[in-house]
Amino acid sequence: MASFAERMASALVLWLAVYLSGTWAVDKGNFKTCDQSSFCKRQRALKPGESPYRALLETMELTNTRLTLQLINDNNKVHLLLELYRLQGNITRVKINELKPLKPRYEVPDVLIREPPTEPLSLLSQDENGVVLSLGVESQRVIISARPFRLDIVEGHEVLMSLNSRGLLAFEHLRMRKDTFSYKVTSTVASVWDNIKSVFSSQADPEPEKKEEADPDNQAETAKEEEEKVEEGMWEETFKSHSDGKPNGPSSVSLDFSLPGVEHVYGIPEHADTLRLKTTDNGDPYRLYNLDVFQYELYNPMALYGAVPVMLAHHAQRTTGVFWLNAAETWVDISSNTAGKTVFGKMLDYVQGSSETPQTDVRWISESGIIDVFIMLGPTPKDVFSQYASLTGTQSFPPLTSLGYHQCRWNYNDQEDVQSVDAGFDEHDIPYDFIWLDIEHTDGKRYFTWDPHKFATPKEMLQGIMDKKRKMVAIVDPHIKVDSNYKIHNEIRSRGFYIKNKDGGDYEGWCWPGSAGYPDFTRADMRAWWASMFAYDQYEGSMENLYTWNDMNEPSVFNGPEVTMHKDAMHGDWEHRDVHNLYGFYVQMATAEGLIQRSGGVERPFVLTRAFFAGSQRYGAVWTGDNAAEWDHLKISIPMCLSLGLVGISFCGADVGGFFKSPSTELLVRWYQTGAYQPFFRAHAHLDTPRREPWLFGPENTALIRDAVRQRYTLMPYWYLQFYQAHHTGQPVMRPLWVEYPQDPATFALDDEFLIGRDLLVHPVTEEGVRGVTAYLPGKDEVWFDVHTFQKHNGAQNLYIPVTISSIPVFQRGGSIIPRKLRVRRSSSCMEHDPYSLYVALNPQRTAEGELYIDDGHTFNYEKKEFVHRRLSFANNLLSSVDLAPDAQFTTHSWIERIIILGASKPSKVTLKTADGQESHIDFEFDASMSVLTLRKPGMNSGADWTVMLQ
Amino acid sequence: MSSRFHQLLPMLLLLSVGVSAVEVQRPRGVPLSKRQFYEEGKPFTCLDGSHSIPFDRVNDDYCDCQDGSDEPGTAACPNGSFHCTNAGFRPAFIPSSRINDGICDCCDTTDEYNSGAACQNTCREMGHKERESLQKMAEIAKEGFVLKQQLIQEAKRGIEDKKAKLVDVQVVKKDLEEKVEALRTVKETAEQPEKEAKERHLKAWEDQKALIRMEKDKARMAVVFLELDDDADGLVSVSELLSHSELDPDSDASFTEAEAQGLLGGVDKVDTEAFEAVWNNLKEKYVSEVTTYTAAPVETPPEEVREPASDNESEQYPEDDVQEDEEEEDEEDEDDDQDDADYKVNPLIPSFAFRYIYRLCPFNRVSQKPKYGGSETNLGTWGKWAGPEENVYSMMKYEHGTGCWQGPNRSTTVKLTCGKETVVTSTSEPSRCEYLMEFTSPAICGEPPSRDSEPRDHEEL
Repeated sequence: MASFAERMASALVLWLAVYLSGTWAVDKGNFKTCDQSSFCKRQRALKPGESPYRALLETMELTNTRLTLQLINDNNKVHLLLELYRLQGNITRVKINELKPLKPRYEVPDVLIREPPTEPLSLLSQDENGVVLSLGVESQRVIISARPFRLDIVEGHEVLMSLNSRGLLAFEHLRMRKDTFSYKVTSTVASVWDNIKSVFSSQADPEPEKKEEADPDNQAETAKEEEEKVEEGMWEETFKSHSDGKPNGPSSVSLDFSLPGVEHVYGIPEHADTLRLKTTDNGDPYRLYNLDVFQYELYNPMALYGAVPVMLAHHAQRTTGVFWLNAAETWVDISSNTAGKTVFGKMLDYVQGSSETPQTDVRWISESGIIDVFIMLGPTPKDVFSQYASLTGTQSFPPLTSLGYHQCRWNYNDQEDVQSVDAGFDEHDIPYDFIWLDIEHTDGKRYFTWDPHKFATPKEMLQGIMDKKRKMVAIVDPHIKVDSNYKIHNEIRSRGFYIKNKDGGDYEGWCWPGSAGYPDFTRADMRAWWASMFAYDQYEGSMENLYTWNDMNEPSVFNGPEVTMHKDAMHGDWEHRDVHNLYGFYVQMATAEGLIQRSGGVERPFVLTRAFFAGSQRYGAVWTGDNAAEWDHLKISIPMCLSLGLVGISFCGADVGGFFKSPSTELLVRWYQTGAYQPFFRAHAHLDTPRREPWLFGPENTALIRDAVRQRYTLMPYWYLQFYQAHHTGQPVMRPLWVEYPQDPATFALDDEFLIGRDLLVHPVTEEGVRGVTAYLPGKDEVWFDVHTFQKHNGAQNLYIPVTISSIPVFQRGGSIIPRKLRVRRSSSCMEHDPYSLYVALNPQRTAEGELYIDDGHTFNYEKKEFVHRRLSFANNLLSSVDLAPDAQFTTHSWIERIIILGASKPSKVTLKTADGQESHIDFEFDASMSVLTLRKPGMNSGADWTVMLQ
Repeated sequence: MSSRFHQLLPMLLLLSVGVSAVEVQRPRGVPLSKRQFYEEGKPFTCLDGSHSIPFDRVNDDYCDCQDGSDEPGTAACPNGSFHCTNAGFRPAFIPSSRINDGICDCCDTTDEYNSGAACQNTCREMGHKERESLQKMAEIAKEGFVLKQQLIQEAKRGIEDKKAKLVDVQVVKKDLEEKVEALRTVKETAEQPEKEAKERHLKAWEDQKALIRMEKDKARMAVVFLELDDDADGLVSVSELLSHSELDPDSDASFTEAEAQGLLGGVDKVDTEAFEAVWNNLKEKYVSEVTTYTAAPVETPPEEVREPASDNESEQYPEDDVQEDEEEEDEEDEDDDQDDADYKVNPLIPSFAFRYIYRLCPFNRVSQKPKYGGSETNLGTWGKWAGPEENVYSMMKYEHGTGCWQGPNRSTTVKLTCGKETVVTSTSEPSRCEYLMEFTSPAICGEPPSRDSEPRDHEEL
């Protein structure tokens, strides 16, 4: 209740000093540029040219499942081992590690859902210049060139992707430090040992290696060259006041990929940037390093809270993807031979016939670990999604209610406040499903506890919410207050579960509670213990309608370098450097597991995380972190969530209203309208902003917000179906248009509109004071129906849409059937048994298709085939519902309330035929002006077989 | 699919007299007042007149009317409303979306006729409770109103006293002025001598001038003393001094007790004699109230009122109990009190929250002080009446308090309700740096409605 500074004084002194120095925008000086990150600087200093690496073809071994061969760096004679796998589903995996590293290098565990199943590789040809392998599919081949080493994947005569074609493979091998006493001793010992070893094992050694070792000149030269290469930052690095001791020395890896024919690349979230990635020639590379960035800036490649090292490349004929499985700090450079060329320039090229093939070149650089790359060869966007899903899994299937509206604020002050906000929603007849509690609900930022004064009787509060069929989320962050009276801390300390500092003591940093320890979530035993803390008898005051939010799990360390953990902190044998980008992934994994376990494995969890990595989609939802109440932040929420969807993370949202600052009423309304059509729909606000519950802006604005939220609730069946499908197929829920229209270049860079599933196109109004927006409706032979007016528009056009403050331009694709529930109630649970209305939008061929999915909405019983999944199809004036899962069983009380056919003509009569053969007449209404046919109350059960005939 | 068919609900209605029971047939969810529109067997016309439907489509769980009027008893229409009779309590309309949603909304349970929700009829209980609380409120209002009348009387007397005092003071002033006039005559007489005598008389002249100054000063001092001595006890106290912020020695906008005490020579109160000794501390800055008074609708009684000690940790903080004086001169402000009454409320109403002590000085300022040391924070100074249009005096707004980090200046809204005591009943900070106080006082009580116009709790009919 005192000012912010007073309240947070003890915990925040440092943070305030560093981060709050008075400006709104991010303080870029707190975060490294490539130049300030020594490995990035070193690697980027290497320019494209002839690679020093050579493939030693004579070392090649080909088994049924993999090919291995050694590479040698002619400059330093270090040997690398290349492994190549053909994986099921048209994926090629390339792994490169040191043949004999001084000590093991980190290989990322737990992200792949299993060891990917392989397919046979076969040798097509081989000579001294290289080998050609068949990839089994069509005419796909891998060509490995020996000198210099290069790897091309081709299909027919077309090169799909080339690795090391620009010679940027650079693998910093582990080495002994030369400028220390210990090095001198060990190197002497080592060389003696090497001599002994070579005497005994020389016969087994491959010929060329032996030759080199035997050549004293060569060896001396190597040593000299290496000595010259010792650069600043290899063995330690200082950023601001933080020093990073690097006991393992330089260990970075880099590899380039060339993508002929490609002008559009996407993915590698999280960045506050456009959907289509930009070239990085004139600035920093895109950075992947999970960071708590205070007041992040838009349209730049700085790292944010999460990292998914997956890039998609697309042109009209093919989509491919690269998954760079490395959890260390990573930078991605993108360049293009067409970048900078104007449309006119390109046309000139075309006219003059001088045009070279467009090509995008990508280079990945990581600080440690190995090169482990999955090349997903598509060829369609859907194929790439399935391919990636086969590696890291699909979006978890969320509880239905979590697709509703979430009301959050830092902070709802006390139980009374919670109760009155809850009552406010009822008073203003606005539905919501979850109310959230931020850090102030705890007893002094001790997670798993409640403030004894403000939240004295949490179960009473939760029961009150449950009585309204609503739920709550409370925050549980991974920093643990160092306090010997705090059970969680004592347990973690006594079990030795904390991350250690480089000297072996428990690592301590500053965060919300003041001094805090960070549990080592990379340990399976730690995660199991953490999960057990969510049991109802451990987490006092918790109930089954309490879910969890993991914030600050980058991890955020207020007084650490770049507000995160020191890279030389230790996770067992591994440095934090190796595992950094995995930390948040593991926190959410352990928390989700806890929520599953507390229900005996019955209930689906809901966990929101801020930090994430590849595979995080398996554990819940993510949001785009601490955005701001600005129009540009509203706008960027679209590409940010689209980018996440492309790499598997479908359950994405941005803080509605903007976290920092206070939105204008217009911005707030527009944000609700946009958020209502994004997967994770939560309003959130900073502690220092004025209250902004939906009813605080006058009756007109309350009505506008109510309407937006209600639109969301009518579409819950469609959202739920999309998540069911995402869970099964890995297709994104919120999709860029190019995913569905891959051959239409007009869609490739669109990021002010998007699709939900395949059938709804949304072009939210994200600009202040506009009277119209121009939406691109794709599909040359398609039609789109305005969902509000039912007006029909042709595809493949830019459509100007006049808008008012109540407009949310949304279109249903002709050819689709969308189920809705029009009886919007207090919460989605209240709507469980309500009837469906089917919106059948006919395409020019007068057909349409859709699906309906129903289950209990909250348990894992769908895995036991307890659900209804039906195909709805309209053709030849027959609309029918057919069982898509005849082996599944579920009884639903819901029925079909109305069927609305858009683009219909007037029938003379309408007959319903049910499974038992009975026929009955259905009343209908026909609106000739809009060609809308409404069938009144057919009344059949949603799970049944039926046919409706228009005559 | 169940209950999609139209249902007529036999309703047992208690007349307000409670003796005769009558069954009235009408579709579920229809209030009696609209019963005539739903005539069984006849086509039903949507209440917006848009179209007519066969009667069997009323409450058939399908929405036919745009205005939702065909489905008063089902959730089929998005904009419908359902009427619960709530015999024993108040009848109510709820949105149709709350019918059969598994949550009991009507105390008579009629909204959950097909959801399986186990609702208890709580109307009787609620009616009882409501009557009790209404009664309590009526009593409070009544007593409060009496107290208010007393306050008004006191205030009026206060004004009379002040006016009388003013007259006295003016009399004194007049006397002194006459004296001054007399002395001036003396002076003029003394000035008569010739120029050559001037030098000789110079010293005597200076003495004369000093005497005059002293006399004037004493006259002013007397006036000031009277002005300062609000309670007319012949003593000027620290608290009385505090109302004169212009006296703040360091002019830092916070005139503290310590500073005031310093001005009074380190004591709490001074009599006329002692006042003479400290007069030099004051006279430079003192601004007379006679010439600077502003209309102040509320005057302050001397006694202090505290919030009831709801918090165990609440303690007496005598050192904090600073009395602050309100402006002395009262004039009735036409805009102000609808009852044409100036009333007294306490100048300082501390409120104890968990960590802070909140103080409300009506029409002056609201402040916050940490319980365990630390400096006071200004949560806003008197701004304006901020109630809704129909009752603008139900809320006060204090604005432009100490600024918040990256935020607005602190401000406080004070909600006023009628009560027997003048207390702050709660303080909260619903939004960052925007405080909310609930404040009860008899001064807010309106005239209770007379017995016969009192709304009687009656069921339908």
